[in-house]
Amino acid sequence: MPEADVRLDRVTKRFGSFTAVDELSLEVPEGEFFSLLGPSGCGKTTTLRMIGGFEEVTSGTISLGDEDVTDLPPFKRATNTVFQNYALFPHLTVFENIAFGLRRRKTPIGEIRRQVASMLKLVELPGYEERRPNQVSGGQQQRVALARALINNPRVLLLDEPLGALDLKLRKQMQVELKRIQSEIGITFIFVTHDQEEAMTMSDRIAVMRAGRIEQLGAPEELYERPRSEFVAGFLGVSNLLDGDVAERDGELVQIRLANGVIIRAPAAATNGATKVRVGIRPEKLRVVHQGAEAASDTAETNGLDGTVFDASYVGVSTQYLVKTADGHTLTVYAQNLTSGASEALSEGQRVRLTWNPQHTFVIDDEGRVESAAPLEEESTT
Amino acid sequence: MLGWLRHHKGVVPYLFLLPGGLWLIVFFVLPLLTTASVALQEGSLASGYRLTFNFGIFPEAIGRWDTQLLRSLQYGLIVTVLAMLIGYPMAYTIAFRGGRYKNILLLLVILPFFTSFIIRTISWKFILADQGFILGTLKEIGILDQGFRLLATPIAVISGITYNFLPFVVLPLYVALERIDPRLIEAATDLYASRFQAFLRVTLPLSISGVFAASLLSFIPAVGDYLNAELLGSRNETMIGNVIQRLFLVNRDYPEAAALSLILMAGILVSIFFYSRLLRGQELTI
Ligand SMILES: Nc1ncnc2c1ncn2[C@@H]1O[C@H](COP(=O)(O)OP(=O)(O)OP(=O)(O)O)[C@@H](O)[C@H]1O
Ligand SMILES: [Mg+2]
Repeated sequence: MPEADVRLDRVTKRFGSFTAVDELSLEVPEGEFFSLLGPSGCGKTTTLRMIGGFEEVTSGTISLGDEDVTDLPPFKRATNTVFQNYALFPHLTVFENIAFGLRRRKTPIGEIRRQVASMLKLVELPGYEERRPNQVSGGQQQRVALARALINNPRVLLLDEPLGALDLKLRKQMQVELKRIQSEIGITFIFVTHDQEEAMTMSDRIAVMRAGRIEQLGAPEELYERPRSEFVAGFLGVSNLLDGDVAERDGELVQIRLANGVIIRAPAAATNGATKVRVGIRPEKLRVVHQGAEAASDTAETNGLDGTVFDASYVGVSTQYLVKTADGHTLTVYAQNLTSGASEALSEGQRVRLTWNPQHTFVIDDEGRVESAAPLEEESTT
Repeated sequence: MLGWLRHHKGVVPYLFLLPGGLWLIVFFVLPLLTTASVALQEGSLASGYRLTFNFGIFPEAIGRWDTQLLRSLQYGLIVTVLAMLIGYPMAYTIAFRGGRYKNILLLLVILPFFTSFIIRTISWKFILADQGFILGTLKEIGILDQGFRLLATPIAVISGITYNFLPFVVLPLYVALERIDPRLIEAATDLYASRFQAFLRVTLPLSISGVFAASLLSFIPAVGDYLNAELLGSRNETMIGNVIQRLFLVNRDYPEAAALSLILMAGILVSIFFYSRLLRGQELTI
């Protein structure tokens, strides 16, 4: 890992007796697109505001590169911020909004003109110099806010839900745009969002936050494929979770006896030495086959569970099945609609077998679960 | 009636304006016309008045009372500046730092209004009295000379007026400042503005409408005030309000009193015109 651009060391923020951010440590290397993801109120904004200098830390240190900036005011930090609702200056034109930082640093006017022009080109808004913020659209305001921050050539750009106010289509478009700009100028982005899809598509790495702490930090596919807690598993998408006990090791795999007695296999590394575990499988990793037809697909290398389809809903690219196992668990399955027509489709009441590759099984340590177990439906946002 | 209205929807807004419009006609336009007509009449209480369109009364009145007219405008200006210097920080603190005490603090600002204007001004007379508890004590300790006085000086009159109209300055400023999103100030400091620059470049320009309203609400009544000069001043602090009051109620020289009232009004309107030009330029500067 290259030298850390932003480093938080056991940063804590309390509001009165309430701890909003709790002993949070993280390092972001230069040029990374890093996201803070988590449900409402988990402390994302507070963390970002402490990095920007708008909120004092209660304890801990924050550094940018080699410099300890914990006690510096915002105007002395090499960070710039894109605020949640843009916070454009309503009394100034687009030009003056973007030029604000350069003017404060006494840049000559010729240089300001040149740089504002090139910024407007970067965010694709040339010709808007003389408009007021209330005379441009929401998406355009967003670009002005971005240009206003980027023109100062910050070491780190902080973005607090910058796309939150945009409609879905514009949002997707701006996601691509933001990625393009980030790779073009190559500076570190710290991006706050509570939208897991947005975080997954844009980030190099994501810190999933919960109640002021980082629950898990990693690359998007790592968080998705190998969540270490039920919370992360639930926050990043739908998953099927089943209780079990680690039985015995089987080479690279480990055997886990589920509550209903069925033995399945999972990557040994995933268990981390725990004995009571929950195993998880993402719905798109499951394959549904008619019972009796399993001989063809069921091999020693796959895991399998029997059940009954009790709901099938067609959602275009895929069909979602809800399958109930004999002992009453409900599993969700996404089956891709490879062919058109209902020939493949399974109907309700049909007895099926679910199979999947053991490598696609993730394992959550059940002993540590008490603390992190929470009603997933309430906390996850979709 | 209602059926008719349903077919003439365009009339409805004017109906809503009717009470206010009538009020303005009865209590503003008519008195103004009466004042103008009184100013242009000649005669005396005994022999009766006749409308002679005596426009000469205006230059005459200005010539006679120029000292008091100028003094009033001057006091009005000083009061406005002072009230702004005191009121802006007050309004700023309440708006940005008031937290949940905002309403209580605002209540405290208007609390003096619960007693009458005259009583409040008379109590200032006690506070500023030559041997009152402030000056008396200071003289006792020897910090002040025995001959030192505040009453019957411009200081007393100006501070009295400033005190009386301060709430008129704080309230509109508060309203303007309260509307400012604190994130704009954060954004300014994020963009290399020191806290003072952020104030100068963002907070102040965004509160300029409040500054304008507050200055009018203190300048206009201050220029026309007579009670403070009456109770706290001497002959040397006589303001135009005192002159008008005396002409109307003591000398019964109605035409001249009416003429002076109109001159005062014109003076205020002209001042406001230039002031608004000045501020309009201000808002746009960066
Ligand atoms: N100034 C403050 N005073 C008291 N509590 C605060 C303050 N600011 C934030 N909090 C609390 O700290 C917690 C974290 O707030 P924060 O704004 O960081 O959440 P967030 O993760 O950004 O949520 P969201 O997705 O809703 O924006 C919340 O419970 C919030 O109520
Ligand atoms: Mg937030």
